[in-house]
Order: sequence, then C-alpha cells, then structure tokens
Amino acid sequence: MKEIVIISGKGGTGKTSLAAAFAYLGGTDIVTADCDVDAADLHLLLQPEVKKAEDFYSGQLARIDQDLCNQCGCCEEVCRFDAVKFLNGKYSIDTLGCEGCGYCSHVCPVGAIPMEENNVGEWYISTTKVGSTMVHARLGIGAENSGKLVTKVKNEAKKIAEEKDLDFVLVDGSPGVGCPVVSSLSGADFVILVTEPTVSGLHDLIRVHQLVNKFKIRVGCIINKADLNLKVTSEIKDFLTQEKIVHIGDLPYNDIFTNAMVNGQTIIEYDQNGLSAIINVSWKKIKKLQQGDN
Amino acid sequence: MDIAIASGKGGTGKTTLATNLASYLAEKDKVVLVDLDVEEPNSGLFINGEIVHEMDKFKMIPVWNKDCSLCGLCQEVCNYNAVLHLGVHIMVFSELCHSCYACSELCPDSALPMKPKKMGRLKHLQHGKLSFVESRLEIGQEQAVPLISQTKKYINENFYQEIIRIYDSPPGTSCPVIEAVKDVDYVILVTEPTPFGLHDLKLTVEMIRKLDKRYGVVINRFGIGDEGVSTYCREENIAVLAKIPNRRAIAELYSRGELVYKHFNDVKEQLDLIIRSFDQLVVGESV
Repeated sequence: MKEIVIISGKGGTGKTSLAAAFAYLGGTDIVTADCDVDAADLHLLLQPEVKKAEDFYSGQLARIDQDLCNQCGCCEEVCRFDAVKFLNGKYSIDTLGCEGCGYCSHVCPVGAIPMEENNVGEWYISTTKVGSTMVHARLGIGAENSGKLVTKVKNEAKKIAEEKDLDFVLVDGSPGVGCPVVSSLSGADFVILVTEPTVSGLHDLIRVHQLVNKFKIRVGCIINKADLNLKVTSEIKDFLTQEKIVHIGDLPYNDIFTNAMVNGQTIIEYDQNGLSAIINVSWKKIKKLQQGDN
Repeated sequence: MDIAIASGKGGTGKTTLATNLASYLAEKDKVVLVDLDVEEPNSGLFINGEIVHEMDKFKMIPVWNKDCSLCGLCQEVCNYNAVLHLGVHIMVFSELCHSCYACSELCPDSALPMKPKKMGRLKHLQHGKLSFVESRLEIGQEQAVPLISQTKKYINENFYQEIIRIYDSPPGTSCPVIEAVKDVDYVILVTEPTPFGLHDLKLTVEMIRKLDKRYGVVINRFGIGDEGVSTYCREENIAVLAKIPNRRAIAELYSRGELVYKHFNDVKEQLDLIIRSFDQLVVGESV
C-alpha cells in the first residue's frame, strides 16, 4: 500500500479538484483521505455517504471552578497566552486563547482549575459516489491541534486500505507549511505538488518543496493553469529539473474546473474530452511511479 | 483602524485584495500592510520598497543544563510531550513546545532555563506612504501562531493605531487565523462564487461571529460559478462590499506580480466601494 499526498503550499491552485479527479479514476482501488481539515471541500465533489461519525478529542482546556476559586490571580500570572481574563471580579478562561498547557492548573493553590478534554472536531468514514471509502473530518471553529486530527484521518484511511488490501491511500492536504501539512507528510510515499505559474505559486512551491525535502519523500509536480504565464511556467520547469522533481503534467487555464464544481462533479465526469485525458495520463504516470520500489 | 483580510479557502484573492487596497490607499494616506500568512507570505511579491528594518524572530524553549536531580516533574507538567525524561537525560523536542514555561519555572533545580530559538524573520519595508511588514516562518517550524503574535506586537510598537493597518491573514479557520483576526476592528472575507468558496465562507462567517467581529464580504472572480454566495449573503444579511470581476487579464497581472487596479478602472471602482465602507465604519464609531 502506498500513500500519495497532494499539497501545494499556496491555496487555490487546484489540489482538491485534482484529488477528486484522481479519486474518481482510482475507484475502489483506493481510500481517499481529506486532510485539509479546517477547510475541507473534497466531499462536495465525491459526495460521500457517512457510515460512521466520531468526535475527536485532543489536548485539554482549562476551566475555572468559581465555587473553589479564591481569586488569588496565580493563574493569570503564569499564563503566557493571555487566556486568563479578570472580569467583574471573576477569573475565567478565554477558550480561544487557551493552549491547554495546564500551567495554571498546576499552580492553583486551591485546585480550582480542572483540565478538561477538548473536543476539537468530528471525523467520518464514508462511502463516496464511486463506492470507495473516504475518511474526512471537520475541525471545530478556531480549534487547535489540526495536526493531530490530520494524523487521525490519515491513520484511519491507512488502516482501512491495509484491511482491504488496497493499493493506495490518496491524501488531499492543506495549504501552507505548518503543522497540518507536516502531519500529512509524515509516513507518505509520494508527494504531488500542485502549482500554478504565478509569482506566488512558484514562491510557495519552493518553500513547500524545502519542507518535503526534510522528509526525503519522492516528489512529482502538476502545473495547473500552465498557459497563464509561460515565462513563470518555464521557471517552474527549470526548478523541477534542478530539484529532480518528476514533471507529471500540465493543465490549461480553464473555467471547466469551476463548472464541474458547480455541478458537484469531478472533472472526469464533467468533461469527457481534453482535461480528462490529461488527468488520466497523469494518474497513470503517478501509479507507475509507485511501482518497483517496495 | 485595523482591518484583516481573511478567507477560509486558500487562493480566493486575499493577497490580491490586500496589496491592491493598501497600495491604492497609500497614494493619498499613510497605510501599513502586514502579511500574517507567515507560512506562505506572498504580499511582498507585489510590493517594492526600501528595507527599514529586518530581524530574526525567536520563540522561547527550555534547554536542559544537566544540573538536575532528574525528578521528572518537567515531563509530568508538559502537556505537549515536548519534554521527556529518559534515564539520566532530559530531552526537549522544540517543535512540540508551546513556550508555556511550565517545565522551566516549576523545575525545582532551575535546570531548564528558557532560551530563544529562531522561528522566523521579520522584514519591514517602506515605499512612499506605504509601510510593509512581513514575517516568514522557518521551514520545519510547525507553529505559526507565536510568529503571528510577535508580528502584531511589532506593528503595535511601531505604528499608530489611527492609520489604516491592513492584515493579510492565513487561510483556514483554525488557530493561525484566529490569532491574525482576533484583535482587529473589521474583517473583510474574500470569497469566490463557487461551491468551494461558499462552503468555506460559511465556516469563516461562523468563526467571525464567534469572535464577535464586524465583517463584510468581497466576491472575487465575480461572474464565474453560480449564485450561491450572493444568495447566502443576502439571506444572512451580510454586506457585500465589492465584486471583483473574473477576467483572465487580471489573473495574468497577478501571475506577474503586478497590481491590478493600476490597469483596470473597474477594479479601482470596487476598491473605492470598500474604502467608502471604511469611512462609514469610522463615522459609526464616533456616533
């Protein structure tokens, strides 16, 4: 079983549209994991039917028991996150600021600050419209620990793929280079970087590639909207050559991505011609790259 | 006045709006543009200027000085598994550390003093009346929040709150965005009129309402997709401040790192609409 992760650094380059298209082509040979847990969109195209939903608890939050609190203020003094507020003669915790370190709880002389398990979201095992399994999640608003929820989603997807003896886990990652991205990369076999020929696209590609390099994972790249700026596209290609990144394919600047989305369809379903053909070839290339390195 | 530009979905045009709006405003007034998308800061690609100041930014992490009784309290108090007591060693995993100081300050032997570790770099540029500040996270550092919070601190120490300060925020709805928008006066949510845009806009609106912020929506790439975003805003009584047209030529300008409003009058008109809504905010405050 191979784990393929799709990321981009920059948001909005077409990660999810491509992930959905690959998931469609992969059919029941793959398990799909939507690891962009704080803005998950893959379900809009794969229309999964939820089979199992579970709360996800991670980390803790402090709570001040007003009956026990003697208003000494020790908690406020030690909190480095400015999460203890003193209002109307009462100390309380600002739950959006609290990072769950528990320092206040340790120093409270009267034991008035219990640390409580934090429900940061929900995760699901579902069946997509092509009959494959999809693991996805919804992070609570403003929640911490998105990295841990990403790990949970990925591990569940892997478990299912192993049980069913399937070839691939396909992971749709989040933008950026921070904790959710790091979590989605750990343990991956292959990374697909989706980029676009804009100054931002290239800038972010270089940064996210630096991160991927730290994990020593093999990398391929798809250039979306490749005809938007031919000069930057050629700069991207030079970068790929220089860094020995496999150039998987180019997609044109095209409103079809949006039209397919409006129809709740993957590009493969919506456009049977040009774009689908390119994505088909790309998917075959990606699968081939996974062979012979067990 | 502090204005954050945010969006749930990435790539909806936050940076385009932030850089164009700030540069346009700076033709007349002093403006500060701050790039708080520290994981992938892009605003700087659209702004030229003279460097005013540059500095490394650090987060504080405990460093074991070996002079200790190995009581293990540090491991016990750390809620992030960032401090491990292994045999005769104490190990610190700095990527996991949230700089809460608990292990350091509760250590009976003072064997874990907090020391600075580089997490990123802040740059401050000046171009005419536009001040531009960005911070970029070191690759491999996982936590954006401490760098965002230190960048905000730099802004508060170096610029008066009376001028317009625009914050280009990270995408998503989790902790980095909260840190970027929680102290501002107004949030502009940039979205695109597509199912993904709408889905993520709803999540972001939920977040902004939880933070109890005033906000409005700018629809980018207007004309593409469907009516979903417009209908949602109407039904929820959310102000649509402006609509930036979907046009390949705009995407091409962006791809080259150029400002759009200088080439398209209709985009400038949309920026004027946004600026007029700021004026109303100020009036609203004084009433």
